[in-house]
Amino acid sequence: MSEDRSVLTGDHFITGDEACAEGGMAAGCMFFGGYPITPATEVAERMAKRLPEVGGTFIQMEDEIASMNSILGASWAGAKSMTSTSGPGFSLMMENLGLGIMLETPCVLVNVQRGGPSTGLPTLVAQADMMQARWGSHGDYQLIALAPVSCQECFDLTLQAFNYSEKYRVPVLVMTDESMGHMTEKVVIPPKEELEVINRKMYDGPKGEYLPFKADDDLVPPMMKVGDGHRIHVTGLTHDERGYPVMSADAHETLVRRLIDKIKKNVDDIILVEEIDLEGADIVIVSYGISARVSYRALRMAKEAGANVGMLRLITVWPFPEKMIRELAKKVQTFIVPEINAGQIVLEVERCAAGNAETVLLSKLGGAVFQPEEIVEAILAEGKAPRKKASATKKKAGASKKKAAATKKKASGAKKTAKTKSSKKTTKKVGR
Amino acid sequence: MATELSVVDSAMPDHPMEELLRMDRLPHIWCPGCGLGTSMTSFIVGLQELDIDLDKAVVVSGIGCTGRVAGYVKLDSFHTTHGRAIPFATGLKLANPELKVIVFSGDGDLSAIGGNHLIHAARRNIDITVVCVNNFIYGMTGGQAAPTTPLTATSSTTPYGCYEHPFNLPYLAAASGAVFVARWTALHVRRMKDTMKEAIEKPGFSFVEIISPCPTVYLRRNKMGDGLAMMNYFKDKAEIRHGIDPKDAGIIMGGKIIVGKFVDIDRAAHHQMMEDQLGDIWPHDVVQPGLEEEKRAAKA
Repeated sequence: MSEDRSVLTGDHFITGDEACAEGGMAAGCMFFGGYPITPATEVAERMAKRLPEVGGTFIQMEDEIASMNSILGASWAGAKSMTSTSGPGFSLMMENLGLGIMLETPCVLVNVQRGGPSTGLPTLVAQADMMQARWGSHGDYQLIALAPVSCQECFDLTLQAFNYSEKYRVPVLVMTDESMGHMTEKVVIPPKEELEVINRKMYDGPKGEYLPFKADDDLVPPMMKVGDGHRIHVTGLTHDERGYPVMSADAHETLVRRLIDKIKKNVDDIILVEEIDLEGADIVIVSYGISARVSYRALRMAKEAGANVGMLRLITVWPFPEKMIRELAKKVQTFIVPEINAGQIVLEVERCAAGNAETVLLSKLGGAVFQPEEIVEAILAEGKAPRKKASATKKKAGASKKKAAATKKKASGAKKTAKTKSSKKTTKKVGR
Repeated sequence: MATELSVVDSAMPDHPMEELLRMDRLPHIWCPGCGLGTSMTSFIVGLQELDIDLDKAVVVSGIGCTGRVAGYVKLDSFHTTHGRAIPFATGLKLANPELKVIVFSGDGDLSAIGGNHLIHAARRNIDITVVCVNNFIYGMTGGQAAPTTPLTATSSTTPYGCYEHPFNLPYLAAASGAVFVARWTALHVRRMKDTMKEAIEKPGFSFVEIISPCPTVYLRRNKMGDGLAMMNYFKDKAEIRHGIDPKDAGIIMGGKIIVGKFVDIDRAAHHQMMEDQLGDIWPHDVVQPGLEEEKRAAKA
């Protein structure tokens, strides 16, 4: 067993769940603590098989609360660590996602979204945890959430999630969904030397002087491994640079403000979007994940029908690309936001549009992905509307609901035809 | 009533346990008469007597009065969320098996909100030591009933007396798979210390329960006197019964308290089981702990 099995360089035909696991492996993940849940179980299964091959540790914990805690402990012991889950487990993880944020612990959480609330639709798609991803744990904080559009991106973005978590000492969420998690397609894993892998910066000063929460200029404190002899104290209570609890308004302001700012002030590095034909577009689709996947085809069909339409795909969903939407809103007539929930990310789009552009929600509550035709229809309907001085925001939530039901039976066919359209993307980083 | 202490020889440490106490965090928050001070002292003296690398010793606590132990010991120490010390400790131990991981927490933290984690860590025989300071009550929040509150005892949430059967924690731990189970009271400081040393050295999941007085919200409410009165109670009612079936060590109001080492058996710890089962698949000696890239490169 002398070959390095961490990066399985080559072409693979695997599911999105498996690709997430391989992304973690390629990032150097050495610990996975998880609990079975549809449709995320395959991530854990892949890790159970793969981690021992590289000397890593897989453990099936007693629940998702324990899973989340175990990866925090492992991370402090020096191992890059990861878990995966879906809705009900995501809810259970919220408590210690907060601990991870407070302890500034690098780790990655893959949420393969399914329909909710509660047990909901275990085997069917939804994108309804997007706001929970941002606000689910109590208190004020910022974190990073990425939304892959393909199995390839499940690999790419899980690796990226590790890089962000190591760089910013923050838990990073990979928000995929059932349809992507169970979709099988080609995933190319590059040679190890071509992958950018970031490791947390480590304290290298003398023993006894290390302050675990004293940040550098980038607002991120260097880390250490438990057992290095620094004898640190770490608490989920509001704490000072030494890690000692301090119950005061000043200490709280200092700590929580920094936890927020270390993400907010680095949005130019963190925010990834894909822009398609935004220049001069009247209508812009703003979408992410599987709904963006369908939108690629809808975009082409609408263009063929004569619509002046572009697309902004959110690869980083949190922190939200506020600045970009604000600027776009001054140039375009309408944002169309297709998402498989009752309207979550559309709230952010509408907030940032600030009345400068109309915001239209295309809502589906889960169980099926969009049909391209539904999105095309919304685009064409907006295209015909007379251009008005945009002042007030008009929302057409659920505009195409009836049509959605009518075309539902074509779901699986449409999903397949949309599959390979992501290769021509022009991903770029933009400021918020 | 502050009085000036006389100046002592400056070469003398401020405290004989200075090496292992965060002196800048003292005085601690515990009430007069509480058993936590003696429990922590016994633990620290035990650690000093053990021939182990203290840089590799880690204390993990949950929430509550006992949860504060992590904040006073000068070791790598983690004060986690309520009930979650054991899964956090599991992650630490599995990612770096060289660590000596000790969970120090209270009865409510470990057996109510953290009960599931307790039984599963014992079942897996994770090589950690759990010290559970049992004062029969939720102290930090002001005296609510715990899963250990004896029948008929009064608490702020059992104002008419407790009518739920309590956990017998040594029995629970033993039945779940712990390989080392013992109980002492806060009075038995030397025995407690020796037992903690044994527990820390024991491979596998070890569980030590310390029965401790809570004068402020348990004794007072139940008209059981102060901390000293409880020490006298322990002196009169504690009965050392090594090797007894922990099933017979339940605690009732006003009854005797069975103490001693109940379980000390040999069963391969989680890490050993994993190593044996995975065999050559797992090149653990080369790549643990996780971030040592150079070691992994050397292997490749």
